[in-house]
Amino acid sequence: MSSVTTADPAAGTATAKVEIRSVHKHFGPLHVLRGIDLDIRAGEVTVVLGPSGSGKSTLLRTVNHLEKVDGGTVSVDGVLVGYRRSGNKLYELREREILKQRTRIGFVFQNFHLFPHLTVLENIVEAPVSALKRPRKEAEAAARSLLERVGLADKAEAYPKQLSGGQQQRVAIARALALEPGLLLFDEPTSALDPELVGEVLDVIKDLAASGTTMIVVTHEIGFAREVADTVVFMDEGRIVEQGPPAEVLDSPRHERTRAFLSKVL
Amino acid sequence: MSATLVKTASTAPPAEPALRVVPTRRAGQWAAAGLVIVLLALGLVSVVRNKAFQWDVVAEYFTSASVLRGLGLTLWLTALVMALGFVLGTLLAVLRLSANPVLRAVSWGYVWFFRSTPILVQLLFWFNIGVLYPQILGVNTVNLLGPVAVAVIGLTLHEAAYAAEVVRGGILSVDRGQIEAAQSLGLGRWRRLSRIVLPQAMRAIVPPAGNMLIGTLKGTSIVSVIAVQDLLYSTQLVYHRTYEIIPLLLVATLWYVAVTSVLGIGQHYVERHYARGTAGAR
Repeated sequence: MSSVTTADPAAGTATAKVEIRSVHKHFGPLHVLRGIDLDIRAGEVTVVLGPSGSGKSTLLRTVNHLEKVDGGTVSVDGVLVGYRRSGNKLYELREREILKQRTRIGFVFQNFHLFPHLTVLENIVEAPVSALKRPRKEAEAAARSLLERVGLADKAEAYPKQLSGGQQQRVAIARALALEPGLLLFDEPTSALDPELVGEVLDVIKDLAASGTTMIVVTHEIGFAREVADTVVFMDEGRIVEQGPPAEVLDSPRHERTRAFLSKVL
Repeated sequence: MSATLVKTASTAPPAEPALRVVPTRRAGQWAAAGLVIVLLALGLVSVVRNKAFQWDVVAEYFTSASVLRGLGLTLWLTALVMALGFVLGTLLAVLRLSANPVLRAVSWGYVWFFRSTPILVQLLFWFNIGVLYPQILGVNTVNLLGPVAVAVIGLTLHEAAYAAEVVRGGILSVDRGQIEAAQSLGLGRWRRLSRIVLPQAMRAIVPPAGNMLIGTLKGTSIVSVIAVQDLLYSTQLVYHRTYEIIPLLLVATLWYVAVTSVLGIGQHYVERHYARGTAGAR
């Protein structure tokens, strides 16, 4: 992947840090995020755990501005996401600028959201060609080597519906990687998969973790968290209950709610 | 378990012969089918043998120059109205789904107004627009807008109102996650619409659009009221002269049926194209 020439050095493979400061989010009367503070160092893998409805997916979606925050800030590599600060005011960015920020942040969805009318190769090439203006030939070569990396070199011409769930999710990961993001966000990447397909997707994510890209992974896979995470964050009712290395949070949690949750999922 | 099955099978008495399935006798169905076929045949015979249909006159005018000219006008008028109507309709659908409340309201109002008035009234209105605006940009309106131009404008504006709803329905049928995925990849608004949303919306758009196309083909016959020489009007011109009303209406009918059939076949292939990538389509 690093062999691909980078047109924009800022969009390169440099890995990014993330700072989340007192983020609040409401959905109508529902207060889903109640003051989240979280620091993620460049190159770290952070796994976010918590019961459903705890706000972990919403938090992840604020990091690439798929959800606007109602209060607080999110910044990636020191740059505010979705806003420009001037004095004490935050000015919302134009859509074009937000889209440009998103090209540096890869997002993998629970339900893949591959484009069903495009082949696997077209799915991966779409963003580099139309958002980064890469030459199509170059983007296709990069896409093929990405497919090889996720073990699907022979599926370039297939349509998503012809693939298993695990294969589709691996294509979705390749599609996110095609932008060479410095930050990867995974929103329950294995929750929509049949149990026997979970392993192949987790293996790909583990590989990526070893390559040093900053990653935030929302998941229910405790084993994966234990093996891969630098930091485990446990969320409940819109707050971070505790965070720390997996050995601490998973094996000797300090909070009753963490213990109760872990006893149910382990 | 299979081992025990094999064991019992080997000690069991000789297997029964394969059983044959005999379907229920459906005497009623046969009788109904026979009756319908007989009725159809009687009808066909009466149509063929009734001299009043004047099939010789039908044959004479079916490919006459004036009828073919009328057919040509009907075809290009249909194509133009469909194309312009869907371009305008897509624009209206996008406005209706935009975040800007004024644009949404304008789009809604357009659809409301043009669906609420009969197309015949709209055509007559445009035909008489010169009463309201005798001159447009210094040119006499009557010279600027001939009957054919009036037909194109009137039919297109009417078509667009319906097309807007068809396209809007198509866009709404596309999973919200597709747009989020495109946004997360940094695709711009126009690219999201043209590359991701509309191609998927086409699956829901094509069947009602095919309906509209066939409706428009026949609907263009209404322009005969403003003396545009389409297929219907060109046959009317003949029978006003010769009084062979029935055979000339048959000429128009047969052409409408023929073109509609061809369009139906075309729709099948268009639908197959936009179904690519879905389960079962290769």
